[in-house]
Amino acid sequence: MGQTYATIAFDAAKCNGCSKCMSACASAKTGVDDIARARIQVMPTAFGFQLAMCRQCGDPKCVTVCPAGALAKDGESGVIAWDGDKCVDCLLCTMGCAYAGIAPDAVDGRVAKCDMCDGAPACVSVCPTGALRHVTSARIYNEVGGWEDMFAPGLAGCQGCNTELLMRHTMRRVGPDSVLATPPGCVPGMGSVGYNGLTGTKVPVFHPLLTNTAAMLAGVKRQLKRKGREVTAMAIAGDGGASDVGFQSLSGAAERGEQILFMVVDNEGYMNTGMQRSSCTPYGAWTSTTPVGRESKGKTQDAKNLPLLMVNHRCAYVATASTAFMEDLYDKLDKAIAASKHGFAYLHVYSPCTTGWRFPTDQNMEVARKAVETNFVMLWEFSPGDGLHFTRPVDAPLPVTEYLKAMGRFRHLDDDQIRHIQSKVEENRAIIEQIATKRTEPEPPAQDRYVAGHKTTR
Amino acid sequence: MVHAQYLVVGSSHAALEAVSAIRMHDPEGSLALVTRDSRPPYSPTVLPYVVSGRSAPDNVFLRAADYFAGQRVAYMADRALARLDPERNAATLSDGVEIAYDKLLLATGASPAIPPIPGIEQVPYHVLRTLDDALKLKAAVAASRRAVVLGGGLVGMHAAENLVKGGVEVTIVEMQPQVLGTYFDSVAASLIERAFIENGARLLTGRRVVRLSSDADGVVVHLDDGQAIEADLLLTATGVKPDMGYLAGSSVAHDEGILVDDYMRTNVANVWAAGDCAQARDFFGERPVMNAILPDAAEQGRIAGMAMAGDPGVKAYAGGVPLNTYNFFGRHAIAVGVGATPAGGEERVRRDDARGSYLRVVVNDGRLQGIFGVNAFFDGGVMRQLILRRIDISAALDRLVADPLTTGREFMSRLWK
Repeated sequence: MGQTYATIAFDAAKCNGCSKCMSACASAKTGVDDIARARIQVMPTAFGFQLAMCRQCGDPKCVTVCPAGALAKDGESGVIAWDGDKCVDCLLCTMGCAYAGIAPDAVDGRVAKCDMCDGAPACVSVCPTGALRHVTSARIYNEVGGWEDMFAPGLAGCQGCNTELLMRHTMRRVGPDSVLATPPGCVPGMGSVGYNGLTGTKVPVFHPLLTNTAAMLAGVKRQLKRKGREVTAMAIAGDGGASDVGFQSLSGAAERGEQILFMVVDNEGYMNTGMQRSSCTPYGAWTSTTPVGRESKGKTQDAKNLPLLMVNHRCAYVATASTAFMEDLYDKLDKAIAASKHGFAYLHVYSPCTTGWRFPTDQNMEVARKAVETNFVMLWEFSPGDGLHFTRPVDAPLPVTEYLKAMGRFRHLDDDQIRHIQSKVEENRAIIEQIATKRTEPEPPAQDRYVAGHKTTR
Repeated sequence: MVHAQYLVVGSSHAALEAVSAIRMHDPEGSLALVTRDSRPPYSPTVLPYVVSGRSAPDNVFLRAADYFAGQRVAYMADRALARLDPERNAATLSDGVEIAYDKLLLATGASPAIPPIPGIEQVPYHVLRTLDDALKLKAAVAASRRAVVLGGGLVGMHAAENLVKGGVEVTIVEMQPQVLGTYFDSVAASLIERAFIENGARLLTGRRVVRLSSDADGVVVHLDDGQAIEADLLLTATGVKPDMGYLAGSSVAHDEGILVDDYMRTNVANVWAAGDCAQARDFFGERPVMNAILPDAAEQGRIAGMAMAGDPGVKAYAGGVPLNTYNFFGRHAIAVGVGATPAGGEERVRRDDARGSYLRVVVNDGRLQGIFGVNAFFDGGVMRQLILRRIDISAALDRLVADPLTTGREFMSRLWK
């Protein structure tokens, strides 16, 4: 697996042009607070503040045009390093770079470029608005890339589905000492349980009924424990199996505190069997059993809030997550694995369904992101010791229509239905805020807070 | 007979980029690189800095010692391509070895063009194209008192500066009325020429050498105005031309260089060419041109490598845009694009004689055609994109002339960030 790297992301919409980043950079790199010498240049333009700095390209043209071998991309850090001893000051690198990322220093005339400050960029640390962020999620992919993939190649998901990503990431993290339960749904449909007598996994996997997943898994875990074997007992189930007929066994296992990790991949319906509604399908959504026509206008009931129900079981750990926020997801996955060693851990991951929700196949992450930006989905975690708190609070949510219009299943909605959905979003938010524990520690810094409408630009 | 799926001939920028591009798409296919040089890869562009002592000769290599082994490339140094038989997909090397290839890249570069001056074969002279040339010239500079440089191009001017700084009495002879005529207009050239004269060089532009002879101390250079200049060091730097002798008897089409299409393919199956030996599309005109500059060599090599490996991401060559940067006596000059103002075109000039700075912008039909600066920095790579993308800059022309750095970056932020 190729190496991926941390990067500095700039959000022009949040930049107020204060130039603190430039001062910090110049001070760090030249010892003088002279913004003309900064390796990051923010400039006012007719369309807001814009940025010129090295992007540490994967395919750096500055390197290819250097005649002296003075520029090279470091395979470990991803930083394009400049060797002042080798550089002959010919400036050809400035011809290669299309992004104004390397230019002569205003005082010594030698080229200068961003070196990411050894992993702690001075510019990001002083940005008061969060316009600059040090995006480090790449480390996850590097770590995960080194772990064994627990699935066979060639899982057969729909084009643009995020569930394969989720399954592979999750099971790489959980590791080989595990037993996997995948009840009927998209996950076995993709091939987790295999075909023709061969499993799709490299760990023991079984295909329980929709109704008894948690019960069977609890039994397997107890028996292995009795035999002295320490394994992670893991379920990857759909929302239908978990929230409808499978709910009694799930609830029972949670109430008994069985030591299992139950992950629900919530695509808000029975998508694998032809897109029927489930109790997690939101109000107004089209499904094949809540059709849209002269009389019917999609689902007439609101979705069940399954993760909140699980909080009320006082599980060892409960969290919601989204594949649009992988660092957050990984934090929660680690905590859930740890919690499953002493109690019931529940992870609820939202999984936009390109086929059933009807949006273009390249839009999965964007739909997942919009769900969070509108508070249609809220990212939080709960444990009995720490209570419930938001992990990615959204300061100024977008109107829910930004989410609804991203897909076809809500296309028919009338104004009353939209108002209903917006009011439910606010009601859900209010309920979770009431439960949420007041934080005693300070608020997270600006760059870790999330503002709707944010778009990552490199 | 040795067999290689990919055979790359040459070891400078075009060849190296082709090797990376091939390996990006085909990590396994057998790949051999043949080079007439005996050393690891280096750039001809760095050689003036070896002569000046700025670069240590063992610290200019473009790839680490273990690079080729790591990429599973057979690095066959110290032998040239002698003959090509494209009918049989076979190349014969100077040591007699024959290599059968599936795909061949000719990235053989160029050699100094020796001017046909009567007497030149009878006198000792230097050229500067290889590391060996550079080491010989460096030793000669140290021993020299009076030198003549033939040619006021980049190689000649760099060498002349080194000689001046070494305390040598230097005369530069250039046939054209100005130095660096390929890249800079007469005003920019005059700023460069002035720096040389102020530092003690003698500059004879518009002068032709009619004969060379030798005397007890070295060489006598006879000019067309009757002057005779004595020198103990003669450097000929009157341009380069590709060596294409290996094409004799093959049907590979060539003119000034090897003719290639927009994917660097020659007219013959399984043979590509890139870099200083290739004659390719001109961005500004119809006729294929020699654009013997480093960034183009790298780009052509990459396109050729991708095409050879069958990489579906390959994009057609947009055509050569002249580019150069030139450093002289602590000042710099930058040229992007073509300087001649076309009919119906427009040029803007900004000069600051006190600071010795000069900026000229040439626009054709609202599109940037060229931008040239002396001691006036702008992002050449950004300007190149403005040209290649044919972006209408007419509304921003005044600002571009007043502040090319910020204005260029604004376009960049808006159009291709």
